[in-house]
Parts: sequence; C-alpha cells; structure tokens
Amino acid sequence: MPPITTPVTDAEPDQHPAPEQGQPQTRQQGHKPAENSLAAPSQEQLADYKVVAATHPWRWVGTVIVAAIAAGILYSLLTNPRWEWGVVAQWFTAESILRGLGQTLKLTLISGALGFALGFILALMRLSSSPLFSSVSWTFSWIFRSTPLLVQLLLWYNLGYLYETIRLGVPFTSITFAEFQTTSLISQFAAAVLGLTLNQAAYSAEIIRGGILSVDQGQIEAATALGIPRWRRSTRIVLPQAMRAILPTAFNEIIGLVKGTSIVYVLAYSELFYTVQVIYNRTQQVLPMLLVATIWYIVITSVLSIAQYYIERHYSRGALRTLPPTPLQKLRRFLATHAVTKTAATSPKGQL
Amino acid sequence: MSLATIEKTTRGAVAVRSVDKSYGTQQVLHEVNLDVAEGEVLVVIGPSGSGKSTLLRTINHLEKVDRGTISLDGELIGYKARNGKLHERREAEILAQRTEVGMVFQNFNLFGHLTALQNIIEAPIHARKIPKAKAVARAKELLARVGLADKADAYPRQLSGGQQQRVAIARALALDPKVVLFDEPTSALDPELVTEVLEVIRDLAKSGTTLIIVTHEIGFARDVADRIIFMDGGRVVEQGTPTQVLGNPQHERTKSFLSKVIEPAFNI
Repeated sequence: MPPITTPVTDAEPDQHPAPEQGQPQTRQQGHKPAENSLAAPSQEQLADYKVVAATHPWRWVGTVIVAAIAAGILYSLLTNPRWEWGVVAQWFTAESILRGLGQTLKLTLISGALGFALGFILALMRLSSSPLFSSVSWTFSWIFRSTPLLVQLLLWYNLGYLYETIRLGVPFTSITFAEFQTTSLISQFAAAVLGLTLNQAAYSAEIIRGGILSVDQGQIEAATALGIPRWRRSTRIVLPQAMRAILPTAFNEIIGLVKGTSIVYVLAYSELFYTVQVIYNRTQQVLPMLLVATIWYIVITSVLSIAQYYIERHYSRGALRTLPPTPLQKLRRFLATHAVTKTAATSPKGQL
Repeated sequence: MSLATIEKTTRGAVAVRSVDKSYGTQQVLHEVNLDVAEGEVLVVIGPSGSGKSTLLRTINHLEKVDRGTISLDGELIGYKARNGKLHERREAEILAQRTEVGMVFQNFNLFGHLTALQNIIEAPIHARKIPKAKAVARAKELLARVGLADKADAYPRQLSGGQQQRVAIARALALDPKVVLFDEPTSALDPELVTEVLEVIRDLAKSGTTLIIVTHEIGFARDVADRIIFMDGGRVVEQGTPTQVLGNPQHERTKSFLSKVIEPAFNI
C-alpha cells in the first residue's frame, strides 16, 4: 500500500510551488515603489499592488490525508482477490443482467412517473377547500405510509386469494358489465407497479404539498385576482415555483425507488436484483454478483444525479439573478484563464 | 389607445352596500357604503388595520363579505340574486368577473419564474382566451406605456422595485379592466422609486379608468384624487374632495390622523 500512496503525496507539494515561481517576476513590479520609498506606501501605490490570494495550508494537509485514505481503499479493492473482479467483468454485461437492468429501469420509470403524477393530484386534493377531497387524500397517505411496502406488494400479488374474481357492475345488485379472473389480471409486473406506484404516490404527495406550501401566498392571490383558472394556476404559477423545493427531495425519492425496486424480488419478478440472486444461487459467487448489481445501481444513480443538477438549474430561472455556471462552463473558464496566465507568464514582455 | 380610453369612460361604476366582514371575532368592515362613479379616482386613506385593504379585496371577491353586496356596473360580484336569495356564482363566472377588476399589490406579486412579458400575457391568454400574438403585441404596448419597453425579457428579480411595480400595473391593465384597485402600491418601495410608480398611476388617472387607490402618499392623493375617503376601525369616517378632507377635516379622528401624516412633511 505505501509504495502507491507516498509518490502521490510527495508529488503534491512539489507541484505546487511551480506556478508560484513564475509570479515573483510580476509581483516585483508592484513592490518596487514601496521598496524605493522608505515611508509607508500611499493610497495610490497600494492601488497598484497585486493581490496575493490567502493560502490555506491546512487544506493541503487535509487533501493529503483524504488522498491517502482513498488510495488505500482503492488499492484494497483492486488487489484483494476475493472481490473476484474477473467474475464481475464476466457477468457485468451478460444478457440476463442487462435484461434485469431493463426491468429495473422500466419499473422505476413507470412507478416513478405514475407515483408522482398521482402524488400531485393527491397534494392538490389535500390542499383543496373540499373536506371530501382533503380527507380522502389524507387517508390515502396515512394507509400507504403506515404499511410496509413488502406487505403491500404481497397483498396485491395475492389479491386473487382474497377475491377470486373482479367484477365491474352496480354494487349490491346482479348487474355486471365485466368480470375478470383476479390472478390473470394481476401479474407479477402489475402487482409490482401497483405496489410501488401507490406507495410512491403517498410519499410524493407530501413532498409536493410541502413544495406548494413554500410558494408565497401572494403568487396565488395575484393569479386569482387575474382570473386565471384554478388548474392553470396550480400547474403554471404554483408548481414551477414549488419545483425548487420539491426537486432535491423528489430525486432522493427516485434514487430510493431505483434501489427500492429490488424489493420486488419477493414476487419472483426478474428485475436486476432478483436476476443476480438467481445467478449466485447457482454459481455461489455471491459477493461478485452483488457487486455487479451495486455497480449498475451506482451508474443509474450517477446519471440521475447529473440530471438532477440540470433540472434544478432549469427551475431556478428567475429565482436567481444570474444562474451559476455549469461544471462544464466552469471547466472551460478554468482552462481559459489558465491558458491566459500561462501565456502571460511565458511571455510577460509581449503582454506589456 | 385613445379609442380604448374613450370606451372605458362609459363603464366601471362600483357600488358597495352595507358590507360587513369579520376575521374570526374581529370585525374589519362595519356597514360600509360606498359609490364610485365611472371614471372616478377614489383615494382611500386611514391608519393600518382600518379595513382599507380588506375593502379592496372584497371588490374583486378575493374575500367574501359576511353581509351586504358589492356590484360593478349593476352586476353583483360573486352572487346572483334570484327569487329573493343570493346564489353563489360558479367558479367560471367569478373568474370572468375578476378579469373586469385589475389589482395591483403592495408586494407586486409578479410571477418570479416568468419574464415581464410572460407575466403580462398570462391572464389575457388563459383567462380571456385572447390569441397569443395579439396578447404579446398589447403587452409590448403596455410595457412601453409604463416606460419599460426594453425590459420585456427580464425576470422580476432582475428589476428594481419600482420597475417591478410598473410591470405589475401593466399586467393589471392587460385585461382592460373596468376598475383598477391599488393596494398601497408604493409602500414597499424606496422613496426614490415611489415617484416613477406614482407617475404611471397619475397617467392612468387621466385616461378615464375608474381607480380605487389605497395609499399613504397624502401629497399624491391630493393631486390625483377626485374624492378621498378616510377609514378608521372598519368604517368610512369621512369623505369629500381632497380640499375638504385634507384641508378642512370635520372629524377628530381624521384631524389627528392627518396631523400625524402631514406634519412631518411640513417640518422638513
């Protein structure tokens, strides 16, 4: 381990003085007037002085420690043969794994979209002045937040045991429009989507309600005074402004949902986690297979985190006077300023 | 513009009859009676908590009254009289009535996520169903009228308070309302920015639209008002021309209020 970390840490302080060596040339120009006159420098002289940025020596110490720890972890991950990276690589893009991944993404997408759409409706119901709507919404959230998701999934899947057929008709009469066999209606996929969607709706309803409450009452009042219809008021005026408060928590939920879909394995539905389980039960390579699933979850989460950054940025329009630069813009600016200082350092006479 | 203003002078009469309003146990309006003629500029003054803002908010039905009626050009706001009963109007009718009454708020309440232009065209397009191109053309005209032709694409937060309030006035005017209500339009502004907003309102007062203005700017009130009413404790205490109310107030309460509001100005 040490052979890898020490070169890195040694290299850091060595590299740093390098750019500073170029600076004294330009700095001396600023100092000259002060050195010539023995008296304290005047205001005008001070105005010509070059600003030297404050140094943060402890930051460098911290960086060295963090780098050492990170390198140590990486080293052990790479060199411990029990992680069986060969097996991971072999299975990582295997067809069955990719199919499982596809199912995980499909479940996340469908239950995420349906869950948040239903959550939005539930949030509006909860905030509505109608006691019927608000109590129905409250009861929904109460039930689905108080029962474990696992129980909900098993309940939906075993609905056929409780009710053999589902009949569409007038209650308490024999009038029937349609009748279905419950087991044929609720497949593993349907049970999974139902369970995940309803559970997600209950949680997202509260998140969206919180976001809506964070919007200034004056906004709704102004829209009302202008005669803008209720639905338009909610979707065009309130929701976009609520988004700023909703998004961070909503992405938390969606990322939770990506991994939460793994609970669907109890229904023997072949999403990523269930597929991995099936494989390691056969091959006994438990940890490498779990690593395969984990890495895919990390990949999805990373993509979502990047999406989150840009979506949050989109909704901060108008809330900030100027939008902060994106990481790409920051990088470009950094490279541009660096290129400028480099050319300035190499050819100071040309600049003057 | 001139054609539109001529048309406007023939409408916009507000009648408030025996209006009571309470928030919980606190009664904020007592038996308020008020007539505002077509094209009249009425300024409402009074201490805070006197019910001025509540009165304005009842006129476009942001607040329901507990008793009494409010009508605009003879049409009851929020209710329909039928068979000796007042029936609450349906949502769509109330919204249509609100488009006849423009409102300008103390805190501007511009939609923060929309540009100045988008703020103005939102209601004409979605409450009045005016085609977008027409709404945009009208919005630009209004922005030019309030002196902000170059700020169409600015977001509210990029504008000064005075500019925001002028956009808010343009937004209220975009619906060609019969009446425009101003709820302390300059109270949230730096003294320096008050003038630019008052100029726009003064200009509007000349155009013949009925205006009801709640303000603490007594000098402006004297200048622009056809009539001033003084409210205190939810009642209209005194009313008359600016010269009568400001120059020769009859009630003790009016006198003491005015002495507090006007005298500091004389001392300077």
